[in-house]
Amino acid sequence: MTPSSSIAAPGATPAPEEHHDHHPSYLVDGTTIKSWLLTVDHKRIGLMFLFWVLLFFLVGGIFALLIRVELLTPGPTIMDAMTYNRTFTLHGLVMIFLFMIPAIPAVFGNFMLPLMLGAKDVAFPRLNLLSLYIYLAGAVLALWGMLNGGLDTGWTFYTPYSAHTTTTVAPVLFGAFIIGFSSIVTGINFIVTTHTMRAPGITWFKMPLFVWAIYATSCIQVLATPVIGLLLVLVTVENLFGFGMFDPARGGDPVLFQHLFWFYSHPAVYIMVLPSFGVMSEIVATYSRKNIFGYRAVAYSSLGIAFVGFFAWGHHMFVSGQSTFAGGLFGVLTMLVGVFTAIKVFNWVGTVYKGAVEFKTPFAYFCGFLFFTVFGGMTGIALGTVSLDVAWHDTYFVVAHFHFIMVGATIMAFLAALHYWFPKMFGRTYHEGWGLVSAALIILGFNATFIPQFLLGNNGMPRRYYEYPERFQALNVASTAGATLLAFGFIIIAMYLTYALIYGKASGKNPWRSKGYEWLSESPPPTHNFVGPQPVFPEEPHFYVDPKKAEVPDAV
Amino acid sequence: MQSSSHAAGGAAVPVPRLAGHFASLEVQNHAARLGMWLFLATEILLFAGLFICYGVYRFLFPEAWAAASRSLDLTLGTINTVVLITSSLTAALAVHYAKEGKNKMVAVQIALTLVMAVGFLVIKYFEYHHKFEIGTLPGRFYSYEGIQLPGVPLYFTVYFCATALHGIHVVIGMIVLAFSMVRALKKADFGPNNYTMVELGSMYWHLVDLVWIFLFPMLYLV
Repeated sequence: MTPSSSIAAPGATPAPEEHHDHHPSYLVDGTTIKSWLLTVDHKRIGLMFLFWVLLFFLVGGIFALLIRVELLTPGPTIMDAMTYNRTFTLHGLVMIFLFMIPAIPAVFGNFMLPLMLGAKDVAFPRLNLLSLYIYLAGAVLALWGMLNGGLDTGWTFYTPYSAHTTTTVAPVLFGAFIIGFSSIVTGINFIVTTHTMRAPGITWFKMPLFVWAIYATSCIQVLATPVIGLLLVLVTVENLFGFGMFDPARGGDPVLFQHLFWFYSHPAVYIMVLPSFGVMSEIVATYSRKNIFGYRAVAYSSLGIAFVGFFAWGHHMFVSGQSTFAGGLFGVLTMLVGVFTAIKVFNWVGTVYKGAVEFKTPFAYFCGFLFFTVFGGMTGIALGTVSLDVAWHDTYFVVAHFHFIMVGATIMAFLAALHYWFPKMFGRTYHEGWGLVSAALIILGFNATFIPQFLLGNNGMPRRYYEYPERFQALNVASTAGATLLAFGFIIIAMYLTYALIYGKASGKNPWRSKGYEWLSESPPPTHNFVGPQPVFPEEPHFYVDPKKAEVPDAV
Repeated sequence: MQSSSHAAGGAAVPVPRLAGHFASLEVQNHAARLGMWLFLATEILLFAGLFICYGVYRFLFPEAWAAASRSLDLTLGTINTVVLITSSLTAALAVHYAKEGKNKMVAVQIALTLVMAVGFLVIKYFEYHHKFEIGTLPGRFYSYEGIQLPGVPLYFTVYFCATALHGIHVVIGMIVLAFSMVRALKKADFGPNNYTMVELGSMYWHLVDLVWIFLFPMLYLV
């Protein structure tokens, strides 16, 4: 397990960097296919993750649209009931395990974390590459299972149904188990990197807030994922060999399955949204040109969310027959998450207040993000109330809620990060006008898709149903229309970003005049991130002087 | 990783390897150990899920579980516990000798550990074989009629899941340690500055041991 580079540097001290006049960017340093597939450069690995994550987002998105088209009419529209079950299972599985969970940590965490710490790479570069291939192996296995027979349990694999269904459970579950390994490896790598690779001058409280968020996320990944790993294996053997651990016919307890499942899957929500919070902290400071308000509170609240997130899983089980006391306790613990999130929201608003706001594309996404987080979070508080949850349980209200907070917030952050760091990653700029247009389209489309679903759920339409009464049709049509709008938004983004990738103007080193540590390097950065000796970081992160009192540094 | 150059080899003192992205050897070893500790934490959590299953079902079927656990062979279990704890000692001694640069002793201690690991698995095989014969198998394979209480089949499901998962870890640990042994024999490059590989393998072995320390009283004694 001794980490060492493929070419060892003998001697107790590292060999001095050879100084070349020209340091090629990581993009052109080695152009063969092998130099990409076997790279140990965190930036290239991040980029490869970006490719796969976007591909799976496309797959999941297409299946989302198929679901919405099916629900256009009360009866059968384009598929039969079994196909519908498989479609929403595939949509959920792909979106959660293959897109939402790795999206920000594996792409932007990988790319930015070492840069923000002034490190040359993550602590275990080869393990990092391995995590990419584990992820792909799991994805291939799960998708192979989905295509050969399909799975109709929904992404939650509830027992005893998942132990008895004749659809292919085992390869999909085992695929998810393997993907979990990738998540654990990435988490361990980031934690160790944060502990051991910080450049001189970067103390814990001089770390950028994105690093704090990724660190807290990694803690959740490391602590929660093994439990679901075990659970997935147990359900697999139950399905294959009839072990009966969670099968009431053999004395097992399906509610125990739910406890173990949500012990991971509820914190997994924070694996998805915590990195988003980190991205937003970076962006709000940069575009308000102000130091982040309450740096320590924002940093600690990330850890706070990670901590209390572990004690909230029972709110998925209010109607499973758990005691009233347990229900109330889990309700209160759930609401604590809201307290920590509110700390962040108020600090972001406090940062924007009296700032010199530049309304660029990432900032537009920040505005959408603020709305989705607050709206999604508030409906979460409502759902955390046992009496209300009993009415809304398994209706479209829940679907709309978790899409708002998980999908809405994460997509906003993912797109914001993609636009904000696009010049850093590729050294090129995109068309700002198109960026703002598509941001508006996506925020509008998202609201149009899911606000009708809140109303549907409140009127009593259950989730996962294939057919519905006539009276729900108008709202379903509205939701499908919104989804179409959303799809157009993504198509526009894909078009202008691809154009920018090839024809975009050179962005320069720091186009946003940001004070973030990652911008101290070249854009795009050279292979070992920083040219010359190891950089020193004396300043606070997000250190912006008051825009009214002093001049801001010029774009470089 | 292109920026490093090879110095002339052949030095008597083993030279540790430093990867290009670390500031110093101490940092590199610290990172390796921290990574291993975190990984071991995930392993413990993996087993923790099974412990929870055990606890819940023991709570639901107390009599059945007490009766079923008495049907296990306590003698074989005890011998296995002693074997495994002793193997942990030899694994720790291997680290000790690696720090002193005595590569042959490292290989010997690891070989002893591996022998005991094989012994553990052989005893486990006899235990499993007995259960296959009388039919105390998990889930739908259960056909034993000796104890007529609800929940007994579930006990053996948990027993087989836990011991099989532990057994897999024993095998993985053996592979990890075997790598260190080959390295000590062929390259003899462990020394005061370069023993992380043996140390991490040994840490993993201690985990395997530790898990058994929990499994033994859970399954055999209480």
